[in-house]
Amino acid sequence: MWAYIAKRLILTVPVLLGVSFVVFAIVRVLPGDPAQVLAGEAATKELIEGLRRDLGLDRPLLVQYVDFLGSLLRGDLGRSIRSKIPVTSELAIRVPNTMILALAGITVATLVGLPAGIISAVKPYSLIDTGVMLLALAGLSMPVFWSGLMLILVFAVLLGWLPAVGTGTPAHIVLPAIAVGMTSAAIIARMTRSSMLEVLRSDYIRTARAKGVAERVVINRHALRNALIPVITVIGLQTGTLLSGAVLTESVFAWPGVGRLMVEGILARDYPLVQGAVLVVALSFVLVNLVVDLLYALADPRIRYE
Amino acid sequence: MNRTLAQALPLREPIQVSGGTRAWRQLKRNRAGLVGGAIIALFLLAGAFASYLAPYGPYDTFLERSLEGPSRDSPLGRDELGRDLLSRLIYGARLSLVIGVIAVAIGVVLGVPIGALSGYHGGAADLVVQRIIDVMLAFPGILLALIMVAILGVGLTQIMVAVGIVSVPTYARLVRGQVLALRSQDFVEAARALGARTGRIIVHHILPNTLAVVIVQATLQVASAILSAAALGFLGLGAQPPAAEWGAMLSSAKQYLRLAPHTVVFPGLAIMITVLGFNLLGDALRDAFDPRMRVS
Repeated sequence: MWAYIAKRLILTVPVLLGVSFVVFAIVRVLPGDPAQVLAGEAATKELIEGLRRDLGLDRPLLVQYVDFLGSLLRGDLGRSIRSKIPVTSELAIRVPNTMILALAGITVATLVGLPAGIISAVKPYSLIDTGVMLLALAGLSMPVFWSGLMLILVFAVLLGWLPAVGTGTPAHIVLPAIAVGMTSAAIIARMTRSSMLEVLRSDYIRTARAKGVAERVVINRHALRNALIPVITVIGLQTGTLLSGAVLTESVFAWPGVGRLMVEGILARDYPLVQGAVLVVALSFVLVNLVVDLLYALADPRIRYE
Repeated sequence: MNRTLAQALPLREPIQVSGGTRAWRQLKRNRAGLVGGAIIALFLLAGAFASYLAPYGPYDTFLERSLEGPSRDSPLGRDELGRDLLSRLIYGARLSLVIGVIAVAIGVVLGVPIGALSGYHGGAADLVVQRIIDVMLAFPGILLALIMVAILGVGLTQIMVAVGIVSVPTYARLVRGQVLALRSQDFVEAARALGARTGRIIVHHILPNTLAVVIVQATLQVASAILSAAALGFLGLGAQPPAAEWGAMLSSAKQYLRLAPHTVVFPGLAIMITVLGFNLLGDALRDAFDPRMRVS
């Protein structure tokens, strides 16, 4: 087990270096002079020159990259061009909001997707199975920004039950959580169904049924436990996706998270902000995937002995 | 000499032909797949004959009829500039399908050769390529697309390239896996023994056998490409107004959600139905091509 953990951790190092290199490269591959881009269009010549010296843009690329890594490790991501405050301070405000939304979203997705998938698998090819799977496919096909707007239309505009946008009260998170969790619910339902179906076809389930075990026990105790292993992985991976993929939901609901910060940064050409947001999102995605992999190996010994 | 021998021997496996026929028969029996195909055909026709089908031009402005609800004259209503929503959706079908297909073409054209060469040759090159792919896959799709847009700038061509490049690692991984399994098969060994060159082996013997998975993936990828392009349009980073792109239409309509919900409902429905079509067809193709599904 330790050997597997060590191997998996070592494999993560080049990925993390690659991620940091991509973030480093964002500003450098832009057309034109990075210092000019960073300083903004209205900047004076002196400011641009000063920035070029500060950033060390006259030095070799590799030296610049090593410097960049050093600043990263010190937690220095530069200052936002727009607000002039350190990017880390901006992120410190936004990251918790994104995490809250992701957790709420995955909770909704699991509460909806898991039972839906189980019901579908227990009665395969029935009317209810067809209905659930069609709904799941519709969920996968729906643009998340549109389902968000539809939720606002129905529950905020027409019924007036919930607030449309913003933060502040627990009620504010309900609509964004449903919107962001819908796609994940569909993915979890489809995965649960196929995993359950595969397990239900296996010999030990046939044996359990043959010796007269009650169907409820067969499903709950024998089938579900084994079928859930890949489902838990999918739930974990979806959490990672929600941490990063909330960009659209955050924009629709004016939710002050990292995704919205990134889009604001791109539109304002505030590159230090874009770099910081990309780094945080990509790092959390890689780390969540790592944790999911390790948990999977804990749950299923076959993985770590491969 | 080699050529004649290679043609005389059943190098491409006779199963290939009957496999395809069987998959086609299977596909024809899949009702969901047929519905998906019908939806796609409908949108293709709408896009192709937009100028004949649409009652108005996509940019015909009637300010005095701004935000008008559905009527006999314009069945889906009008937007903030009084433009006919149905006409803009029909022209938008052309745009969305073009974006989807070109983005997928970029992904396939770059991803398949990378995966094939990486898998066939192995060694150091494969190792490097796979680590680069690892890094690309470490970024969630939408994030990678956003980075590409940050670099390439905002616009229609840029999103096609951005969305296309985002899918390259998926094809490269997929094809590499297939090639690894195929390169030690007897029919490849036979071709090699007959003196066929690497390029010929990959193009004529290996790639045709990966076609099924690539087609399935490409079909599903058109769906996600249309979604991603619409998402970027919605964020104001893709097609720009007054383009009749569905995502951009939603972006400008969202501020009229209370006043004129129809301007938001219909573009979203158009996206959803088109994407559903590609998802249904993609699922059906996978079922048809996947032998395990056939056994069950």
